[in-house]
Amino acid sequence: MAAARQWISRHGRRLVVALPLVWLLVFFLMPLVEVAQTSFTVARRGIPPFAPLWGFDEDGFFTNFNLENYSLLLDYWQDYIGPAGNSLRLAFVSTLICLLFAYPMAWWIARSNPRQRAILLVLVMLPFWTSSLLRIYALIGLLNPNGFINSMLIFLGVIDTPIRMMQTDFSIYMGMLLTYLPLMILPLYAVMIRLEDDLLDAAADLGASRVGVFVTIVLPLTVPGIVAGSLLVFIPAVGEFVIPALLGGPEQIMVGKVLWTEFFRNRDWPVASAIAMLLLAILALPIIYARYQDGRETALDRAEGQGGTS
Amino acid sequence: MRRGISWPALWLAIIGFGILYVPVVVMVVYSFNASRLVSVWAGFSTRWYGELMQNDQVLSALAKSLWVAVNAATLSTIFGVLIALAFVRYGNFRFRLLLSALASTPLVMPEVVTGLSLLLLFIAMEGFFGWPAGRGIDTIIIAHTTFGMCFAAVVVQSRLRDFDMSIEEAASDLGATQPYIFFSITLPIIAPAVVAAWLLAFTLSFDDLVIASFVSGPGSSTLPIVVFSKVRLGVTPEINALATIMIALVAASVIAASVIIYRNATGRAVAEEKGSQP
Repeated sequence: MAAARQWISRHGRRLVVALPLVWLLVFFLMPLVEVAQTSFTVARRGIPPFAPLWGFDEDGFFTNFNLENYSLLLDYWQDYIGPAGNSLRLAFVSTLICLLFAYPMAWWIARSNPRQRAILLVLVMLPFWTSSLLRIYALIGLLNPNGFINSMLIFLGVIDTPIRMMQTDFSIYMGMLLTYLPLMILPLYAVMIRLEDDLLDAAADLGASRVGVFVTIVLPLTVPGIVAGSLLVFIPAVGEFVIPALLGGPEQIMVGKVLWTEFFRNRDWPVASAIAMLLLAILALPIIYARYQDGRETALDRAEGQGGTS
Repeated sequence: MRRGISWPALWLAIIGFGILYVPVVVMVVYSFNASRLVSVWAGFSTRWYGELMQNDQVLSALAKSLWVAVNAATLSTIFGVLIALAFVRYGNFRFRLLLSALASTPLVMPEVVTGLSLLLLFIAMEGFFGWPAGRGIDTIIIAHTTFGMCFAAVVVQSRLRDFDMSIEEAASDLGATQPYIFFSITLPIIAPAVVAAWLLAFTLSFDDLVIASFVSGPGSSTLPIVVFSKVRLGVTPEINALATIMIALVAASVIAASVIIYRNATGRAVAEEKGSQP
């Protein structure tokens, strides 16, 4: 009986690890290997629309390895590297704007009484649970030349001709705010709620001004939240497709949209794969940093937990 | 007032909430507009809701999206619980580092890369073993499960960390087997997190446009794919109606859930306060 129990517990454990591990190896790691391979192949007519990178024919093993797709990215750099630069710029500014609004929003929530806090938290979570595609669609109705804002301003006599808001950097930033603001607020709120009132009181009692308390205590203690929130916004914003596709114009082409166009419109899968590799290369550093940050945080949490129970 | 919020900060916060809500509120109001134009208010009407109900393309896409999301969320939750169990309970097992890298990178992977890479895999697999034959609902479910399980794992893990191990140890001392302990003790206790994980995976699947576009085949367009193709052609009042219905449903459930959680939390706080009094 004891032996049977041991067998189940030992092999049960193996199964618990093996099932998700195998799934992720097959459906997450292998696909990335597949993209890397395809980025070195040549496009051709047929299904799939590229020549295999390697294989066996009557002459034995063959390879079709070439770097043409990457040299294409460099030769037409304004069509490929340019949008990548655009993505970095738009994502970076969007992250800063998100931070500008999210910081006071999180502070307001953290400093409210429990009842008000519950309501404000629901107001932050609600957009998080609704489709961002539909919210971006709602934004188009607001910003269009004949949309709500322009009609209102013309009706009120403030302007005569519609202001151009769609297909500008402004519409991109509004879309990013609408999509990613909750992701910036939640980590900030998580660190702010842990700030002790006593700490702020003590600083104020000792004569620190409001600005002094903020700069010397609040800001340094909320840096982990700022970093976590910024990574949560910046990384997906760089690879964003829906926002530049629906809100951006030719000046706001981002790398995710270029990949989409190569794949769906030009049906050039090897070049699309090379763009995917470029996007991964750009995001490698922030992604690794996010993982490192995350690992350190859980290690800290665990250490704190152990300290508390012992 | 030193603990509160200063006026400029409060204004920024209010504008922030405004940015989140004004577009949606305007859209909800205009979904009841009799005119096709956004710029003209032609009186209250439920015309677009009626037309939406006649739109077979939207309704069949909605059915497909629901089917995909229910399946993907269920698979994601099962795998997510397994990942969470492995990380919280098994200490330094073999492949821990590999599993943790594989289970956290999909959280930050750009959607276009995930979509493209999975499509290339499906094509290569079809070439090797003839499966999956073509792309459709099944491939979308597989794709959504792959990233859904990583989000589910995060949600379940945080609950599992606060778990009081002494209950399980007692059961084990009394001779209960590991699977029995899991289904009769662990699972009921972590149930709220499991439900939250399922809902999160459902939402992510239901809202996904980019990954589904890559791995769907002809005739398997989900709701976001249909909405996107309509929105590209311009603002259509039926989509206003559709979005209003969906946002109303989500809002009702989120508010209901929050009220229940808030009541429970305050009830517990009151009970604890009373209990601590001599």
